[in-house]
Amino acid sequence: MKHLLSIDELGLDGLNALLNLTDHMVEINQRPVPKVPALRGRTVASLFFEDSTRTRLSFETAAKRLSADTMTFNVSTSSVNKGESLRDTVATITDMGVDVFVVRHKSVGIPWQISEWTKASIINAGDGAHQHPTQALVDCYTIREATHAKSFSGMRMVIVGDIKHSRVARSNIQAFSMLGAAVTLVAPPTLLPPDVSHWPVAVSHDLDEVLPQTDVLYMLRLQSERMSQGHVPTLREYSEQYGLTQKRVMNLQAQAIVMHPGPMNRGVEMQIDPSDVKNSLIHRQVANGVAVRMAVLFELLGSGSNLAGQA
Amino acid sequence: MAESVVGASSYEAMTRADVKRAIVRIAHEIIERNHGVEGLAIVGLQRGGTWIAKEIADQINEIEKTVTVPFGALDVSLHRDDIGIRPVSLGAISDIPFDLSGSTVVLVDDVLFTGRTVRAAMEGLNNYGRPRAVQLAVLVDRGHRELPIRPDFVGKNLPTHHGDEVAVTSDGVTVTPVSEASR
Amino acid sequence: MTKTIVIKGGTIVNRASEQALDLKIENGLVAQVGKNLKGDVQLDASGCIVASGFVDLHAHLREPGQEEAETIETGSRAGALGGYTALVAMPNTDPPQDSVAVIDFVREQGKRAGLVDVVPSGCITLGRQGESLAPMAELSAAGVSLFTDDGSGVQDASLMRRALEYAKGLGVTLAQHCEVAELTKGAVMNECQCCTNLGLPGWPAIAEELMVFRDIELVRITGAAMHFLHLSTKRSVELVRAAKRDGLPVTAEVTPHHLSLTEELLASFDPVFKVNPPLRSMHDIAALKAGLIDGTIDAIATDHAPHPRRDKEMSLDMAPPGMLGLETALGVVLAEGACEVRDVVALMSWNPAKIARIDDRHGLDLVAGAVANICVFDPEIKWTIDPERMVSKSINTPYVGRNLQGRVRHTIFNGATTVVDGQAQR
Repeated sequence: MKHLLSIDELGLDGLNALLNLTDHMVEINQRPVPKVPALRGRTVASLFFEDSTRTRLSFETAAKRLSADTMTFNVSTSSVNKGESLRDTVATITDMGVDVFVVRHKSVGIPWQISEWTKASIINAGDGAHQHPTQALVDCYTIREATHAKSFSGMRMVIVGDIKHSRVARSNIQAFSMLGAAVTLVAPPTLLPPDVSHWPVAVSHDLDEVLPQTDVLYMLRLQSERMSQGHVPTLREYSEQYGLTQKRVMNLQAQAIVMHPGPMNRGVEMQIDPSDVKNSLIHRQVANGVAVRMAVLFELLGSGSNLAGQA
Repeated sequence: MAESVVGASSYEAMTRADVKRAIVRIAHEIIERNHGVEGLAIVGLQRGGTWIAKEIADQINEIEKTVTVPFGALDVSLHRDDIGIRPVSLGAISDIPFDLSGSTVVLVDDVLFTGRTVRAAMEGLNNYGRPRAVQLAVLVDRGHRELPIRPDFVGKNLPTHHGDEVAVTSDGVTVTPVSEASR
Repeated sequence: MTKTIVIKGGTIVNRASEQALDLKIENGLVAQVGKNLKGDVQLDASGCIVASGFVDLHAHLREPGQEEAETIETGSRAGALGGYTALVAMPNTDPPQDSVAVIDFVREQGKRAGLVDVVPSGCITLGRQGESLAPMAELSAAGVSLFTDDGSGVQDASLMRRALEYAKGLGVTLAQHCEVAELTKGAVMNECQCCTNLGLPGWPAIAEELMVFRDIELVRITGAAMHFLHLSTKRSVELVRAAKRDGLPVTAEVTPHHLSLTEELLASFDPVFKVNPPLRSMHDIAALKAGLIDGTIDAIATDHAPHPRRDKEMSLDMAPPGMLGLETALGVVLAEGACEVRDVVALMSWNPAKIARIDDRHGLDLVAGAVANICVFDPEIKWTIDPERMVSKSINTPYVGRNLQGRVRHTIFNGATTVVDGQAQR
């Protein structure tokens, strides 16, 4: 595996291999000294054109636990307004000796473009509303850990919220269905993409109707600018129809799982404290983030899976 | 994986009974060397060393009866010095459910060859604490060391050519010579 | 005494005839058509079509203002290589072509290059801002007969109505870039299943069709002549077909890329495929081709839109839309096999010359006395494009690696060779 760009490019075998590898990384993280020398001498550069302290720290911690060196290139989008500087930036950092770029950008496709400009591996840490494959891996691992199920066959996943603008949704829809789950999207039509008829999903606009048949309830963050863009009239109206309330929690099955990719908009999609939800896995999602990203870094840099290609 | 030519010259170096006897002897030697079992811990190397370590630990427990020797398994894949040079296949997950600090750890593996696995294991052990001492038990020592490593307990010294294949199971030890020409 | 040129061994395609004859050029005019002609310069046309030079209704030559991307000279040379003898220069220059001074400058630069007729179009609104009319009478007096705000459409329906009324009085044609801007904010590619997968803001077909519909109805009440630029959707073709059936004075063009490329190419994330209007579906391509055959579509125009390399190395959402077209248009159209060779001559020469109102010297039947603007092309030859060897200043062609069919061998502009054996002469 040379790059991790999207879940569909990863494929089911790649997905399962990374989830299995994550088991090893979870064990390392439980050791009194959670660090192995596996990626000594390798350099991981995070190239974040969009703020995300959580994802960046998660990757950098993962790199350090595998003994890789890390570089951070933090760019606010406003200071990068020309593509030429992006290509130059990538070329310059590559020359410093980088083995993998972890890329986060507000524009769709940037990780693919960068992969044409450098010999280093690329990990897509989120491109626009397109893909966020490591988040999907984290979520799948977290569900696997909680249910001890390696296949999601027979599981009913419900993703609620702003599907249209969500890279997490796009990656998770691919990953969940690849692992055999039945996926239902719940959102107002304005927050769904223009045409999802070819996606392996069901669509509903009524959360209360779907809740009793839900095994995993995945709440997406609603950004407040969606109001000014005319996607929803008011946050109040949105949270009334699609927010997770105490009453809705009561309508969930006893063993149903609640997840959220963070950061949460309390009072909007989450009207309750996640710790009040019995089967909330939100904290496990964060904890597993490091182990999953260790697995990804090791697969790209240490597993030797690229050696055959080079020979 | 090495290209091997399995010829008619494949031979059994240890029988099932030989293996059993060697394990029993090593268990006795460990107790003898350490003047008992206090502070002792047995750690097998994933995957080939784990079952031998388990049998040694069971044997020690049967001999001593008074205490149960802590037993763990260590996967050294992520501590190896050839990562990035050779494809890595991770073994079973490490499982050391106790603190190693201050204990005498007996590392157990099936075959001692170049010594690189043992070096990786000694480094890996430190993730779990700082042992008072580390000893090494192997069922077969086949020579060809590349590092200054010497076993404390050996089932059988088995001279081999560098390219030969040595297979260890509870049913016995088989050596398959690989002719130089085929490599 | 100028040298005489003889084009030997080709098939001369005129409106009413197709004849295997030689053609002799003298003093800038077609002197003679016949057998076994001799001249000072002989051009081999065996296996080739000899037709009136192509006329592009839609070329962005970028001068003045963006000479880094293209100049009138380099754009003219690209045109000559593509078999063109006239290019209508789009007005979205900097400053825009909304004053006589800029119009004269563009025309003069065209003459200085001397490779094709550069025919400047004028802006409909001042500065292409869509707020007040450009001085259309002054521009018309300076020789402009086609007005457009191309790059954007005139959004204000009331202003567009006034523009059509005013144009009717002047006897000029308005050309519309049909796009309701409110529906395409931030849009990157066609609104389709592919944009759903990629999470890119979609460019709905309705954004084009609404304005096509609005303008047809405005033509109906004003009676002014209207040309629809780069139609890209099935419904747009249907609307124009119905308007023509009603006898309205409307014409329409399509681009080679909208006839040959589809939305799925955006999944490569290569901004070379970003264009306005966006690449659509196979479904739309079929409708555009049907429009070519039944005469709904009058012309094939390139929308040649050069951009410097660094601009196309941005992300999809930041990169400017547009792709090169002049050097590949014929090869793409023939490779698509959308229509017969003589239809190609009609769509790329005869009809656009009429729409641009330059049919006194372009798009003529090649008979004695006609101005010698001629394109000689081999309709069968297969070839591929090498962006590094293109004569355009930019390299943003989407056709790298694609098989093209049909290539220009010689181009003659006003009786002089601009391209011989596929090589630009100057």
